[in-house]
Amino acid sequence: MEAAMDLMRRMPPVEAEHALQSLVQLLPHHSQDLLSRVDQPLKVAKDVEVNKEFLLCDYNRDGDSYRSPWTSAYYPPLEDGAQPSEDLRRMEVEANSVFSIYRDQYYEGGISSVYMWETESGDGFAACFLIKKDGSSSADGRRGLLQHGLWDAIHVIEVGEESEGEAHYCLTSTVMLALTSVDKSSGKFSLSGSITRQMESTMEVVNGHMTNMGKMIEEMESKLRNGLDQVYFGKTKEVVSTLREPLGMLTASSFTGQAIQSSIISDMLSRR
Amino acid sequence: MENYHDEDEDEPVELEDEQKVSHAKWFLQNAPSEEMNHVAKDVREVLRNDRLYELAAAEAFQEYNLKEMISMEMPNGTGQVIVSRYGEIDAYHYLDPRTAQVAVVDHVKQICVSVRPATDEELPSDYVEHYRSSVDTELLKYVEEAYPRGSCSVYCTSGKDYFANDGEFELTAVISTASFSPKNFRGGRWRSVWTIQLNPNDDSVNIKGHIQIYAHYFEEGNVQLSTSYECTESTVFQEPHEIGVSIVSTIRQYESDYVAAIEDKYNTLSDTTFKELRRKLPVTRTQFSWDNALQLSLSREAARQVAFNQRAYSRNRVDEA
Repeated sequence: MEAAMDLMRRMPPVEAEHALQSLVQLLPHHSQDLLSRVDQPLKVAKDVEVNKEFLLCDYNRDGDSYRSPWTSAYYPPLEDGAQPSEDLRRMEVEANSVFSIYRDQYYEGGISSVYMWETESGDGFAACFLIKKDGSSSADGRRGLLQHGLWDAIHVIEVGEESEGEAHYCLTSTVMLALTSVDKSSGKFSLSGSITRQMESTMEVVNGHMTNMGKMIEEMESKLRNGLDQVYFGKTKEVVSTLREPLGMLTASSFTGQAIQSSIISDMLSRR
Repeated sequence: MENYHDEDEDEPVELEDEQKVSHAKWFLQNAPSEEMNHVAKDVREVLRNDRLYELAAAEAFQEYNLKEMISMEMPNGTGQVIVSRYGEIDAYHYLDPRTAQVAVVDHVKQICVSVRPATDEELPSDYVEHYRSSVDTELLKYVEEAYPRGSCSVYCTSGKDYFANDGEFELTAVISTASFSPKNFRGGRWRSVWTIQLNPNDDSVNIKGHIQIYAHYFEEGNVQLSTSYECTESTVFQEPHEIGVSIVSTIRQYESDYVAAIEDKYNTLSDTTFKELRRKLPVTRTQFSWDNALQLSLSREAARQVAFNQRAYSRNRVDEA
């Protein structure tokens, strides 16, 4: 299992689905474990009743059917598919509509779905907030910069029992992305990746759970986006400069720069 | 994904050996640059069958080494040989044109086991060699300057038997370099292949380049860069002592421009390209107002409810009438 997880960390992120399927076939006895530990790009289905798309994950699945967040109906139809309690469903409806507005403001398109369910222990509940955005120029890319561009965000949040006006929230978020641009001077340029982070917080429940969950997710998404942008992309850029020195650019940290530095130092030492 | 759901109910079906080997090969072939040994260790553990692992490894390593154009230290201290299809004599023998040697390689161990002198048939004619070595000498200078750990080689890939100034021939210049730093969670590889058609008859030289960069960063995540760039250029045919300088300066120019273009690409990523996926801030340029949105959606819901009641009311009135 550890070897399998290590492989998932090394395979090209764009091949994550293929890699996971292979592992599931090679390790059939660990298939449930693998499928629950490895996130995959989200799939899309359509709720024909309201003509709206929704996202599929393990939390809205019953057998081979998936529950739509818009009508709570299963596709393909399922007679006695699991349903959240009435209270939870009311919150789910509200969450879906608020999260759609959030998604539109940050993503300028895309699809979102929120699912909620009762947890087995205690009086808390859990929710998952999903976003999928296709930023390709042929889809929702507003600026036409990407030949291919996918963003999948999966936020699973566990909400503990409310006591003395406070509740404990535990959020696990994964972002998967792939972007490819093609132009004359830089050819084909692809970045892809996935990162997962956790965040915990205890908050007062004055304005309801949705506001608390929303704020946490917004903070987390900003962190993940910045992390990918500043740290992860930046590190791959650093790798490029360790492979090839930018010529004509002597800096103290560059290979040539350091070579010169050390020769000057040894020169100075030998003169003493 | 739907296919696996029943597996906890039914006894899972064991794969045929052949399928296991093909899955194992796939993982090995997709190993990030310089991480082959880590991937191999994982694959061996997942397979739990050394015989099958060795079957997969035998094929996968060879393909991987060729694709990555890895270089191996020759045992007699004469330098590195690049394992590339341009110098491939057979699956285990690779020509190093600079030292006129043939390296015998062990693909799975990724080492050069021994070397032997190349035969006359394996080497280009003296006429072609003058040109080849001129390009090689200049390329070596450039690679030493620009690539801290780079290897390069220039092969004659067509017309090696020409003895005089009467036919076109082709040289292929290869640059390959990798870096891997597990403690910094990163690795990568640069590969560039320059195909040079030399045509003394019409005094032309046509150059075609293909550069690929791969980079991997994997501290608490998995992010990979993969690029591919192609270009063509032409210049005039010259005497052997001049041609190296002219060809390599073209290569140097294109590669430097390309690296600068990649740099630009990174610089604009955050504010333009990445925005296509997700903005840093909402279109309103302030953080999302959850309370207001909630109010909004509740009042919308209330409005819908009111509208619904009104419709129901007016329908009732129509019914009454």
